[in-house]
Amino acid sequence: MAFEKYDFTPLTQSIHQGLLENVSPLMTMIIEWTIIGLLYLVFVAVFGLFLVYAERKVCAAFQQRLGPMRVGPWGLLQTIADFIKLLMKELIQPKSVDSFLYNLAPFVVIIVPFLTISVLPFAPGLQSLDFDIGVFFVTAVSSVGVIGVLLAGWASNNKYSLIGGMRSGAQIVSYELSVGMSLITMIILAGTMQISEIVELQRNGWFIFKGHIPAVIAFFVFVIAGTAETNRGPFDLAEAESELTAGFHTEYSGIKFAFFFLAEYINLFIVSAMAVTVFLGGWMPFHVGGWDGFNAIMDLIPGLVWFFAKVLGIIFLIMWFKWTFPRLRIDQILTLEWKYLLPINLFNILLMAFIVLMGWHW
Amino acid sequence: MKSFFNYISEILRGIWTLLVGMRVTAKYFFTPWRNVTQQYPENREKLVLADRFRGEVVMPHNENNEHACTGCGICELNCPNGSIEIISKSIVTEEGKKKRIIDQHIYHLGMCTFCNLCVKTCPSDAIVMAQTFEHAHWDRASLTKILNKPGSKIMDGVKE
Amino acid sequence: MAELKEIIISSDNIKTDEYLVNMGPQHPSTHGVLRLLVKLEGEIVHNVQPHVGYIHSGIEKMTESLSYTQIPHLTDRMDYLSAHMNNEAVVCVENALEVEVPERVKYIRTIMAELQRIASHQLWWCATGMDLGALTTFFYGLRDREDILDIFEETCGARLTLNYSLPGGVMFDIHPNFQNRVKTFIKKFKKILPEYDELLTGNVIFQERSKGIGVLSKEDAIAFGVTGPSGRASGFSCDVRKHQPYSAYPLVKFNEALGTEGDTFRRYQLRIAEMWESMSIIEQLIDNIPEGDYTAKMKGVIKLPEGEFFQRVETARGELGVYIVSDGKKNPYRVKFRSPGFSNLFAINHIAKGWKIADLVAIMATFDLVIPDIDR
Repeated sequence: MAFEKYDFTPLTQSIHQGLLENVSPLMTMIIEWTIIGLLYLVFVAVFGLFLVYAERKVCAAFQQRLGPMRVGPWGLLQTIADFIKLLMKELIQPKSVDSFLYNLAPFVVIIVPFLTISVLPFAPGLQSLDFDIGVFFVTAVSSVGVIGVLLAGWASNNKYSLIGGMRSGAQIVSYELSVGMSLITMIILAGTMQISEIVELQRNGWFIFKGHIPAVIAFFVFVIAGTAETNRGPFDLAEAESELTAGFHTEYSGIKFAFFFLAEYINLFIVSAMAVTVFLGGWMPFHVGGWDGFNAIMDLIPGLVWFFAKVLGIIFLIMWFKWTFPRLRIDQILTLEWKYLLPINLFNILLMAFIVLMGWHW
Repeated sequence: MKSFFNYISEILRGIWTLLVGMRVTAKYFFTPWRNVTQQYPENREKLVLADRFRGEVVMPHNENNEHACTGCGICELNCPNGSIEIISKSIVTEEGKKKRIIDQHIYHLGMCTFCNLCVKTCPSDAIVMAQTFEHAHWDRASLTKILNKPGSKIMDGVKE
Repeated sequence: MAELKEIIISSDNIKTDEYLVNMGPQHPSTHGVLRLLVKLEGEIVHNVQPHVGYIHSGIEKMTESLSYTQIPHLTDRMDYLSAHMNNEAVVCVENALEVEVPERVKYIRTIMAELQRIASHQLWWCATGMDLGALTTFFYGLRDREDILDIFEETCGARLTLNYSLPGGVMFDIHPNFQNRVKTFIKKFKKILPEYDELLTGNVIFQERSKGIGVLSKEDAIAFGVTGPSGRASGFSCDVRKHQPYSAYPLVKFNEALGTEGDTFRRYQLRIAEMWESMSIIEQLIDNIPEGDYTAKMKGVIKLPEGEFFQRVETARGELGVYIVSDGKKNPYRVKFRSPGFSNLFAINHIAKGWKIADLVAIMATFDLVIPDIDR
């Protein structure tokens, strides 16, 4: 197909071959790891800053404001200025905190997005780890983040932080379930947990269309639960500003605070990217059966562009939620999960299994 | 069975109310020309303030450097927080009469609450409210102003 | 198995402690320097102890050294969101002097007071939304309030601390544009107010957060002296505009919005209803402002006869009582302001017990506290 020419596999392969010819296999591996690590680091930093900027602009537009306009044209350099400011700020450590855990927490929180991001296929051939249990890996690793939040809440020795940490613990443990269930629904449809395989299976139709109603339901459940998992409004109880001032990161300053902040936005990206990969065909272009001309034009757009366009679409949806809805209460959040999302999910899995059993999905 | 339908309709009704709310925010998101932000220092020229806006007490002088203040001290009396001090002096007029006139009309902008009572009670309408509002200064002393300009005189025809 | 049993038994012996949290003096949801000492068990509120006085400005004492024309400008600063209604308490001085103010003044004062009420409720609406986590409401409310403040700026010369009513009349005559602008505003706001409902009132999350939360019974409302929309939501008919009409209120037809539930949602709805009522009051008056003076003839120095005088006015938060003791001099001997916020605040402890922190925030939001009004 036409879009195969945007495949990154030849590029990565030639780098790999070139290295193998010149240095030892061990050195090749080390160099490749370093390159990939640096690429992810740069990507996380740049995309995180971009998301912060995007959120400020999007929320401003919802609120009939302009958002940042002063630093750089249209305020484009605002987040970079903010980041430099955070870098230079003093790291204040309150007197009676649990010093080790207090300092550990931001790192635990920031490690999670780095782990999860490694299995995401950005474009054909642009995926650094391709487990055969990729989806499982994502759900497993993404729940580590809550440990960081709990640590921060506990170690800060602040009552507001503690309440925030506990809330977030209860919330994420519950919503993990919905995320997992909705992914399982799609795994039943796909028949595989390997992410590259899942994307490949969507070549002739995204899963959200192939899977009929259960896939649509699973998609919405996934977006809701994903919003809750990233601690974003209307589920931002852990840092509920009007109740707990800043929740679990009240006592953090400077770059440690920036870590929490950055992790939140990268988690947002990861949830959206997972939704895109599993439901919306990853980097696959949008095709309509029978419209060959239309499909050919769609194929001209590179997979990388498709991926990011879809991801930004989901991110916009989640931001739209945040800037429209009031916050839920802690017991209502748990009610929503256990009384609504979970039963719907279980029923949904049954429905999907039935559809797959009857072979209606292709 | 009825409770099951209630459960479903509850969910659907909930989702509907959320969508209605999202429609409102989306309406404003996609109509950026309705934005209300004013970029302040840039729009300084276009900024229109109401002519009654109470920004600062000033004493208008005409082209001959004359004002209408007789130094009667009514504004000072009426000021609730002592923002106005009147210092008067005695002079001997050409006819040889002794007369008290204004020496300094001191106005403490930093203490003023902009209640307009001084302007309202002034019998000769010597002071008015100006529409200036950029009162930030580095030095507090610069907030104490002398309203009558140096060398100014009282206008002819102002009732004493 | 035995081990498991031991663990279960020992977990019964775990004691949970109540703990104290200081909400405030700097806290995003107390809307000012109010300090609430909250006793919590987990998320459950057990006791709320308000500590007031952080912004005490001594207005009552200051009035003792000011003349009667100077006092209204201080009342602006008590409940700054209903500055005009506070100013309107000069009715007390007028009644004491037995001065008949011109009809025009009464009309202007009533229109201004109702505009101020709408502005206050708009700010309350956006702050409530923000307290409950819907941050966009904050900007929509402020956007619409701006129109009213522009009208104020044009006629009164100030946006917040108006100082428009003086004993005997008003500071200026209305601006020539005033009637037109008010009518345009009403027309515009009538279209926008349903949007408020769409965005927040109808929202299922908001309803879940507010329905049945923090119920204040009618008896308790009367016992605590909770007035204004918060009291009326409990069914306590306490609208001074209805019961002891002043200014032009005897001339207009309006409903006293009353509720029975007394929960957070009812308090919320009642304020929305009051905005509609206020608009209808303004519509009845705006075209019929009689010609005449904008102030009665008053002496330069006002001296009240010896005695005690009391006047109640309905502010956006409830009943403001002004009690003046005069010894016949140009300054009052003693002035007492019965501010609505102070009485309303102390009902919170009674109704917030047993609810969660998030509910406490919601309850406080619908009590519409303005801290300088509490501390004076």
